[in-house]
Amino acid sequence: MIKTEGLFFKYDDEKDENKYALKNINLNIVDGEFVVIIGHNGSGKSTLSKLFNGIYYPTDGKIYIDGLDTSDESQIWEIRKRAGMVFQNPDNQLVATIVEEDVAFGPENLGLPSEEIRARVDEALESVKMSAFKRKPPHHLSGGQKQRVAIAGILAMKPRCIIFDEPTAMLDPSGRKEVMQTIAHLNKDEKMTIVHITHFMDEAVEADRILVMDEGEIVLEGKPKEVFSQVEKLKEIGLDVPQVTLLSFELNQMGYAVNKENLTVDELVENLCQLK
Amino acid sequence: MLRDITIGQYYSVQSKIHQMDPRFKIIASMLYLISLFLVNQIIAYTAVLIFIGSVIKLSKVPINYILKGLKPVFMLIIFAFLINVFLTSGTGDPIFKFGFVTIYLEGVERAFFMAIRLVLLIIGTSLLTLTTSPIELTDGIEYLLSPFKKIGLPAHELAMMMTIALRFIPTLLEETDKIMKAQMARGADFESGNLMNRAKALIPLLVPLFISAFRRADELAMAMEARCYRGGEGRTRLNVLRYSSLDLYGLFVMVLYLAVCIIL
Repeated sequence: MIKTEGLFFKYDDEKDENKYALKNINLNIVDGEFVVIIGHNGSGKSTLSKLFNGIYYPTDGKIYIDGLDTSDESQIWEIRKRAGMVFQNPDNQLVATIVEEDVAFGPENLGLPSEEIRARVDEALESVKMSAFKRKPPHHLSGGQKQRVAIAGILAMKPRCIIFDEPTAMLDPSGRKEVMQTIAHLNKDEKMTIVHITHFMDEAVEADRILVMDEGEIVLEGKPKEVFSQVEKLKEIGLDVPQVTLLSFELNQMGYAVNKENLTVDELVENLCQLK
Repeated sequence: MLRDITIGQYYSVQSKIHQMDPRFKIIASMLYLISLFLVNQIIAYTAVLIFIGSVIKLSKVPINYILKGLKPVFMLIIFAFLINVFLTSGTGDPIFKFGFVTIYLEGVERAFFMAIRLVLLIIGTSLLTLTTSPIELTDGIEYLLSPFKKIGLPAHELAMMMTIALRFIPTLLEETDKIMKAQMARGADFESGNLMNRAKALIPLLVPLFISAFRRADELAMAMEARCYRGGEGRTRLNVLRYSSLDLYGLFVMVLYLAVCIIL
């Protein structure tokens, strides 16, 4: 679905010749996969997401979305149609004054007939459970609801993959939960390929694969358990580990026979009960 | 409080006037404005009053609500009235004379008509915004202006700008509120002092507001591009405007009304 080969990227206004925002990224995200990219501010994770959508072009190397090369300008709209993108600030991505008009914005841009747009809008709003709000103005919605409308706006374009660029960073805990549930639903029930960029570790637990970025490079990669069990390496680059994993790790260090790879409370409880 | 602001004071009820096509309503309002300048006799004014009265009745907007809209322009109407009373010179004897002030009958008559004309004008235009939601209004304007695209008028872009402005007014108001509170918490004073001081106090409010508005614009542009926006070319719409039989009746009434105005 998304493939990068020897990807390098440098911002145009960067004076330092050797300072790349992204260095030698080689990725292969397959259909239906749920990939989480984590890293702290300035690690290059947001930059990478903008390259996926053809907002920036690679300085060197190639990105293929569904086999289409993003540096080929004639394909750019097709790429954006197939790989939708949800941004951080829910306020700054809603265009229209009524929820359903906003969801219709994408399909309208694709030049679809009205009946088709109507069907897609209803379907997309249903999928994010926002149908009850379709005639409401966006500023009457909560942050989580706005973000779900933004997701519906992307869904209505029927993409094959959605890239989430820190969609929960500006939301309160309940809004975060709403959005995370929506993302999980899209991946599990609608078989959508998801690339989720975040700095909340607990949001990465359910992923198929985690990529940890630091200084523009992918420094760790693997299943959640494999990545989070490397507590020391994560701490070294300034990232937190989910609390359960951290506790398991510390207990393990103290000499108890606790599995270092526990991710959920249940797993840890199970593990502790078995201790003699 | 700021969240409940409605722009153009749309009054949301179901009525025959609300259901009419926005394009027709815009054109009808324009014709109505022209008609006001054609009439200059009492009988003709009664015709206008009957017409606008029945439109208000049909629109189901309470008359008090419409009259409330006249409040801000009340001073202007009084002013126009007085100017006309004092400055019109007539042929007959003055009905009132005191020092340099002379009032003629023609002056009073003219002032009276001028005031009525202004009131009718405002009622007519506010009926358009009261019965047409901002979205319909922008759609209507886009359709009506699209013939002028050929001579280079950016009809779609104008409509898009209006939509985005309407979308962001509540957001920016909320933000202003937030910045104001943040500044007040740090001792800023927006309420006391003379006009000059108060204007100066607004600068620390406007600078962050503008900076954030530009940042928003940048992000919005990126989000719009990511959703395949590339201008009006090849774009379709969710809701397509269609004339209905209601608009035909409306047209018929409008023609009748104009004929009456011209004859009288």
